[in-house]
Amino acid sequence: MSDMTDTGGPVLAADGTPLKRSLARALRRQKLRALMLIAPLLLFILISFILPVADMLYRSVQNGIVSETLPRTVVALADWDADSGDLPEEAVYAAMAADLKDAAAAKTHTKVGTRLNYENPGISSVFRKTGRKAKKFDIENDGPWKEALIDLNKGWGDPDLWRTIQTYSPPVTAGYFLNAVDMRVGPDGPEARPESEQIYMNLLGRTLWMSLTITVCCILLAYPVAWILANLPMRQANMLMILVLLPFWTSLLVRTSAWKILLQQQGVINDILVWIGLVDDSARLVIINNQFGTIVAMTHILLPFMILPMYSVMQTIPPTYLRAAKSLGATDWTAFWRVYFPQTIPGIGAGSILVFILAIGYYITPALVGGTKGTFISNQIAFHISSSLNWGLASALGAILLAVVLVLYWAYDKIVGIDNVKLG
Amino acid sequence: MAETASDDGFVVFDRVQKSYDGETLVVKDLNLSVAKGEFLTMLGPSGSGKTTCLMMLAGFETATHGDIRLGGQPINNIPPHKRGIGMVFQNYALFPHMTIAENLAFPLEVRKIGKSDREAKIKRALDMVEMGDFGGRRPAQLSGGQQQRIALARALVFEPELVLMDEPLGALDKQLREKMQFEITHLAHNLGITTVYVTHDQTEALTMSDNVAVFDDGRIQQLAPPDLLYEKPENSFVAQFIGENNTLEGVVTEISGDTCVVRLDDGEELDATPINVSNVGDRTTVSIRPERVEYNKERLQKGAHTLKAEVLEFIYMGDIFRTRLRVAGNDEFIIKTRNAPDVERLKPGQQIEIGWLPQDCRALDA
Repeated sequence: MSDMTDTGGPVLAADGTPLKRSLARALRRQKLRALMLIAPLLLFILISFILPVADMLYRSVQNGIVSETLPRTVVALADWDADSGDLPEEAVYAAMAADLKDAAAAKTHTKVGTRLNYENPGISSVFRKTGRKAKKFDIENDGPWKEALIDLNKGWGDPDLWRTIQTYSPPVTAGYFLNAVDMRVGPDGPEARPESEQIYMNLLGRTLWMSLTITVCCILLAYPVAWILANLPMRQANMLMILVLLPFWTSLLVRTSAWKILLQQQGVINDILVWIGLVDDSARLVIINNQFGTIVAMTHILLPFMILPMYSVMQTIPPTYLRAAKSLGATDWTAFWRVYFPQTIPGIGAGSILVFILAIGYYITPALVGGTKGTFISNQIAFHISSSLNWGLASALGAILLAVVLVLYWAYDKIVGIDNVKLG
Repeated sequence: MAETASDDGFVVFDRVQKSYDGETLVVKDLNLSVAKGEFLTMLGPSGSGKTTCLMMLAGFETATHGDIRLGGQPINNIPPHKRGIGMVFQNYALFPHMTIAENLAFPLEVRKIGKSDREAKIKRALDMVEMGDFGGRRPAQLSGGQQQRIALARALVFEPELVLMDEPLGALDKQLREKMQFEITHLAHNLGITTVYVTHDQTEALTMSDNVAVFDDGRIQQLAPPDLLYEKPENSFVAQFIGENNTLEGVVTEISGDTCVVRLDDGEELDATPINVSNVGDRTTVSIRPERVEYNKERLQKGAHTLKAEVLEFIYMGDIFRTRLRVAGNDEFIIKTRNAPDVERLKPGQQIEIGWLPQDCRALDA
């Protein structure tokens, strides 16, 4: 093949056009038809998946609210040297008063206050309290504004507030991402937050560690099941397969709640342990609302995703390989480990990727059985989406999670090779 | 057919029975003895029990009753990996995740053979099947014939004294199959290893083996060298199964020593050699090979019996002519004639007389 391309210029079709162009023209109709067939799905994925992801990535850096709500202040503050330690000049205060009056009229002053509060707690109340009076400001006559604003709320006399406004005035910010990795913009650029305020990196580490544990548990539990399924006669294998799939037909909430009943301190497992005397009644095991509970419940819920790819790979391995290995002198264990197991790695890989990626973004189960110690980063994302309404931070956390998954996927491809993954 | 297996054989099946479900026997009372260095083929239709026998010998199935001995030792309770038997599987079973060299190294590694020794043995085995340059390839990169060679090399690399082959050439095209038949036979004889070969292809069995065991219904119907099997089948199953065969049905009317007279169903009488008919009045199937039938009167030997026949079809096949006749009410009577300048080409509708020697005409069980 390579010899043909080495012989010089492009290969020509009968009419003298390059063969490649000729071929492309001939295939265009087919390609167009194929595209039409997948167009509905493509459109659906675009609208429901790609656009939301893009929007999330944009939100994680977007910061237009400060310059939109406080346009005059942002311009006036541009020349102020935050490191001098002095308060800004009168012009800045006047610009702020004018911006606040407009913002209060449009009722957007609390929003910008909330936004700045993420970076510097306390700002929100300064904006809210000042905003109540801002509608009645007479910009021309009530000056000088420096004293007037500081009189209204002494927060305006703090250079730190002005520094925060200046730092977060550009329309794009790394603030959410810094926040998501437990850092903040200090006087000398990015710096780590005090240890008492660090949460997200710990949480991310815990999420990764627990997802890994769940994946390993799934591999250990699924391998023998998949092996039995693949080696039983068809009829019995199908019966067992229904048992494997049964959890899919039950609501996730029901399954998780069932674990609550089983694992709680007055629950079935503890009752049995106390009854047979393994555990003292006064020292019942705490096996829910912690990491253990999350790992147990999620291993159970994600197990089918491990069994199915393993099963489909094992089914394609003919039993003659094991026989051949034994006839060549291998013991049962050697035959399994050297001949059978390596051939099941594509199934283990596929199952592991599936389970790990599902686990890392899991939300309902950790929320229900995880307590405080067993929650995942997705629970924190959900908190910022629905309770604290800090969507920028939620987006940044989500983007980091996405990046971690992509990096792991890339690493997997480098180590095992993604073409070694078989889902069926 | 050996009634009881002698003890001096290298591989001995002694009254072996096998049942999978406890209701029917797949192998019924098998007695078989294979001498050291012998190439034995188990031939039979599918479901005749031949593969089961091979699997019992390899250790993947256990005999329900009876003893299997290898070199005088009973091996019923020895697990397959300790039997030291090389085996070539139907679909080669080359490990797909290993290179050719790793495949060949596998039996040596599990035997804890040192690295330099291992490499020498692998090289020798690969050279033996003329695949010396392929050590670094993966099985999927080889053609069917090449995979076959590697499977053979892998079964031989640890120098077993016994090699089993389970229809190893089934997946190859005709030309390659014939070439491989030749090579396997040579290799087996040159190395002096004992070979038990399973096939359902009678040509393969006839061209390769020292002895052929014809299986049917869980029993060995005949155990004989290929020429005897073809020329002197001991029952009508073997006669039908091996090669092409013409049958005529009738009743034995007279037996004297090694000749008998059979009256065919349409009243014709002919001389035959009695094989497994013993009483006058027995129904019998008379078997004649198509190439032993002669219709040129000048060539008919003295004492040859003749019958009237009508030509139904004449097929030109290049090296031979194949003619379908109606003989004694049988429309499927085939004769084969070598294509020679002086041979008359028959035409459909032509009335001829055909004949054969009584010793070529064997009266078998009905």
